[in-house]
Amino acid sequence: MSRWLQKSYLFLIFTFLYAPIAVLIVFSFNDSKSTSNWSGFSLRWYAELFQDDKILSALYYTLAIALISSLISTVMGTFAAFGLSQMRGRFKGFVLGVNNLPILNPDIVTGIALMSLFVFTGTRLGFMTMLMAHITFSTPYVILSVLPKFKQLSSEMLDAALDLGATPWYAFRKVILPEIMPGIITGFLMAFTLSIDDFVISFFTTGGGVSNLSIEIYSMARRGIKPEINALSTLMFLTVLLLLFVINRRSEKGAGVVLPKTDTLERM
Amino acid sequence: MIQVNHLVKVFGEDRVVDDISFHVDSREFMTILGPSGCGKTTTLRMIGGFETPTQGDILFEGKSIIQVPPYERPVNTIFQRYALFTHLNIFENIAFGLRIKKTDENEIKRRVARMLELVNLTGFEKRAVSSLSGGQQQRIAIARALVNEPKVLLLDEPLGALDLKLRKEMQLELKYMQQDLGITFIYVTHDQEEALTMSNRIIVMNHGRIQQTGTPQDIYNEPANAFVADFIGESNLIPGVMKEDYWVEFAGRTFPCLDAGFSQNESVDVVIRPEDIDLVAPGEGLLHGVVDSALFKGVHYEMVVLVDGREWLVHSTDLAPEDSEVGLRITPDDIHIMKKSAAPVHEGAPFKEAGEAAVHA
Repeated sequence: MSRWLQKSYLFLIFTFLYAPIAVLIVFSFNDSKSTSNWSGFSLRWYAELFQDDKILSALYYTLAIALISSLISTVMGTFAAFGLSQMRGRFKGFVLGVNNLPILNPDIVTGIALMSLFVFTGTRLGFMTMLMAHITFSTPYVILSVLPKFKQLSSEMLDAALDLGATPWYAFRKVILPEIMPGIITGFLMAFTLSIDDFVISFFTTGGGVSNLSIEIYSMARRGIKPEINALSTLMFLTVLLLLFVINRRSEKGAGVVLPKTDTLERM
Repeated sequence: MIQVNHLVKVFGEDRVVDDISFHVDSREFMTILGPSGCGKTTTLRMIGGFETPTQGDILFEGKSIIQVPPYERPVNTIFQRYALFTHLNIFENIAFGLRIKKTDENEIKRRVARMLELVNLTGFEKRAVSSLSGGQQQRIAIARALVNEPKVLLLDEPLGALDLKLRKEMQLELKYMQQDLGITFIYVTHDQEEALTMSNRIIVMNHGRIQQTGTPQDIYNEPANAFVADFIGESNLIPGVMKEDYWVEFAGRTFPCLDAGFSQNESVDVVIRPEDIDLVAPGEGLLHGVVDSALFKGVHYEMVVLVDGREWLVHSTDLAPEDSEVGLRITPDDIHIMKKSAAPVHEGAPFKEAGEAAVHA
């Protein structure tokens, strides 16, 4: 009896969580324009999606910003994690706290704060400002995923490499970098995922007609719900799901930190 | 082969290594023994090139090496926690040093195979580091160092993380390897038994200073001071007075002994090993007391005997039950007499010379 209760409770929870997405996905294949009446299977909205210039341009910006921002934040985060791993005591705790704060900070606050800063400094809102914003919010996640790798890396490992005849540069390339690489890759994937699914911060930090996919969906939705939006949202959902799956698989293999998982889910 | 001259290492305010000098001969198994924080690992790291001495010099075959970076020193190190490269398989771990030297691929294969044979892990080439037990990882660390054919191998508590049985096995294996390959070993440990078992010579360190240098027999039988006596095995340490040459007074009695050259009525420390004390019938022997506790230790019984309120530790294969009266017999060659040291741990210099003299004799 209690087993049955447990199972049905779990079922209810998952229904509650995934029913909206299921509806979204199902109606993205609907033949008619209606988002409430099913009138047959069709891929026409997906086809239309790839003929819409606005959406293709948003896709380009989304991918360009995700790629560039995750590359830059991976490099920055890795160096920061190295610095943090060398720190000791109370100051390290302080810096880690400073690092974690933006993760917990509401996106809306981060977004408006960045916008105010850009306006204050007279920077024109557009591609560059959105890129900088994405680097800003991704870097702490990279730090969190690379830091444990530096912790695992005993200082003896570097000594051992030098002892066996490796110059410091050779030891860095052949020992240190490969040992922390799993954390770096997880950090990169995480930054990439976060960038793709961000809406709030992007919304406040872009301008001049530069929109990413989530902003594009938002402005389309304001003009009325079209099945095209369903199709686009479905594709984004699947992309993020796939990336998340890869990250979690890596985390299970001990390739990085598991912590920000919940937050990534919440952001979706 | 290696000569260490007046080596000093200061970390902040702390003189971790405080003016030590010693030499290690070719093919010798030299152990640096001491409690944690005594400076033994720092000394080893200075020889390996991972720490720069504050003062002093290290000579290798007569040439100073303190300016030589670790990757150009003719020594290799076995680290406490093995420090294997987890992103490489066993073959590549062992081949690491050879690849740096751009050794021919066939030569690498041949030498790695030979090393795996030496450490009894043939067939492990493709295995991941994480799939190996602690003992196996340690063997790989040894193979990884030895494949470079170093003239001197430095070992920093290499068996510390292993369980007792495995540690004993590895002690023997290391000793055989050292003798077979004819490599000089400098071995750091806090385990006095390990040091006594494996070494040709032992350097006992405490608070950054050498307390005594000598063969295991020297160190055990003729400890240079109270610290060494206490650190190497268990011992009874009793204050005494030299009445005249060959006569020492302690525990209220005067005993014949083998020591001379002290001034009359000079205060001394007397060391008597628990296994050197003979249990005899009450009335026989110069001391007599009551057994306070008796513990079975496997090979022997460990008994605490109270003599006029002082506890004496006695090891014997015979059991004297608790509360029974016993006599203690101590013969002259069981009595080791040492100069009184106000603060034994800092009283390095005179004993060091005594120790060195004993070694060269």
